[in-house]
Amino acid sequence: MADLSIEIGGLNFKNPVLTASGTFGYGNEYGDFIDLSRLGGVVVKGTTLHPREGNSCPRMAETPAGMLNAVGLQNKGVDYFISEIYPKIKNIDSRMIVNVSGSTIEEYVACAVKINELKKIPAIELNISCPNVKEGGMAFGTNCRSASEVVRAVRKVYHKLLIVKLSPNVTDITEIARAVEAEGADSVSLINTLLGMAIDAEKRRPVLSTITGGLSGPCIKPVALRMVWQTAKAVKIPVIGLGGISNWKDAIEFILAGATAVQIGTYNFIDPTVSIKIVDGIEDYLNRYGFHSVRELIGNMQ
Amino acid sequence: MKKYIADWTVKENILFNGGEYCLLKLGFEKKIPKILPGQFVQVLIEDSSTTFLRRPISVHFVDKKKNELWLFVQVIGDGTRKLSEQKKGNHLNLIYPLGNGFTLPEKSGKFLLIGGGVGAAPLLYLGACLQELGYKSEFLLGAKTEKDILQINEFGKYGKFYIATEDGSAGEKGYVTDHSVLQSADFDLIYTCGSKLMMTAVARYARERGIACEVSLENTMACGIGACLCCVEKTVRGNVCVCTEGPVMNINQLTWRI
Repeated sequence: MADLSIEIGGLNFKNPVLTASGTFGYGNEYGDFIDLSRLGGVVVKGTTLHPREGNSCPRMAETPAGMLNAVGLQNKGVDYFISEIYPKIKNIDSRMIVNVSGSTIEEYVACAVKINELKKIPAIELNISCPNVKEGGMAFGTNCRSASEVVRAVRKVYHKLLIVKLSPNVTDITEIARAVEAEGADSVSLINTLLGMAIDAEKRRPVLSTITGGLSGPCIKPVALRMVWQTAKAVKIPVIGLGGISNWKDAIEFILAGATAVQIGTYNFIDPTVSIKIVDGIEDYLNRYGFHSVRELIGNMQ
Repeated sequence: MKKYIADWTVKENILFNGGEYCLLKLGFEKKIPKILPGQFVQVLIEDSSTTFLRRPISVHFVDKKKNELWLFVQVIGDGTRKLSEQKKGNHLNLIYPLGNGFTLPEKSGKFLLIGGGVGAAPLLYLGACLQELGYKSEFLLGAKTEKDILQINEFGKYGKFYIATEDGSAGEKGYVTDHSVLQSADFDLIYTCGSKLMMTAVARYARERGIACEVSLENTMACGIGACLCCVEKTVRGNVCVCTEGPVMNINQLTWRI
């Protein structure tokens, strides 16, 4: 039996399959379909210091092999998370990771300080790549200086595993990855959604209320795979790969490209059991080729 | 309510108006779990290059004797066209039952179920459930023209029905809210499903007369289980997911200009 466990920044995960923020609620939404304890980790919905109502509708547009979203980080704020959500998810036997976002560095820091206190949350994923909010979000993740500043500030107050989620909407994602690595990020996850747009030809107007939105789903996989491959070569910290993964083969490809772990996002909407199928598929693959550990596969292209 | 994901088998696919609508009767190997009127299912569409997401379709009827689930679908795009092309014996993967469902009354009264176009679909099962509780329903069905008034015989099993068509080809001419039954009778409760324009007019009628009213909302959806937050409706409690806190909402929850 192959060993599926991996390690990121000293934290052990039972397998390399995590679910991506914004696609998996707080985990329990999927509890009727899968055994959550079989997941390597769950990255819960983006959380901000203050409650956010998100953008107005339409927030979603279907595309061939994908979708655009413009949810805009709707959430009830970190205090609500701590008092109402955390008690319901803290006993899920998986790595529960909170995705943290903000409009200012102070907000990121204040949110991270509060999450740092939660015993059963061993990591945060710092979201410097949301394309759907006017201030903050992607603005931090699209240039090295601001990416460095926010990671430096959060690193000072957050003492557990710090993952930074990167935006693909940049000229060279490896520069940003190196910048956040230099500020003490333990890992980078990529890619967040690609900025896109949909227009309704019949109505002659944009589909999304925000005009542009974030593209996700199988259509972005080749772009994500390329960026993961580039980034894994450029940094020493572990890379978490995501972007359009819809089956075990996709996941294996990301690992071969250099990812230590993967996140399953949009495809959860199509098949709420897909994450577990991917765990099983990776295990079958390892056994089939006689690998003792999934770790042997990381970046192991011939 | 526990949610399931499973393959169902197409028992029958009846086309209407040359394929503009289809009635899918789906069978299941085990006993169908409890499904509330107003709930919906998420149907996986396969083999359509332009269709990525599941399609949320309201439960038209649950035939408990035959262990069948009925979906009544209007062909709008490629995804719904794929559904209309299903043949007997095909499998459809569903996630179900989703959403909250209509609130069933606790005592008898005069109940009006108003459907607009294909929005009438969930009202059939609602009428059947009301009858099961010993309550009589009345249906007011509106559409553009006669050929869009469908399943009349089915609705007729559960109560009296009234019809309004925009061109007057069947029933009274005009919108449902122009229908004379609204002037001549006092209803205790109104359930409605149809276009937002129609439901706003129905909600206004209900509010003016102090009649309790529930509407069934529609929105584009991705997950259907409250994870993605794409399908929100702005309510008096802020933005809430239509897929989990709806699709049925009391008009007092809405922020529409009623």
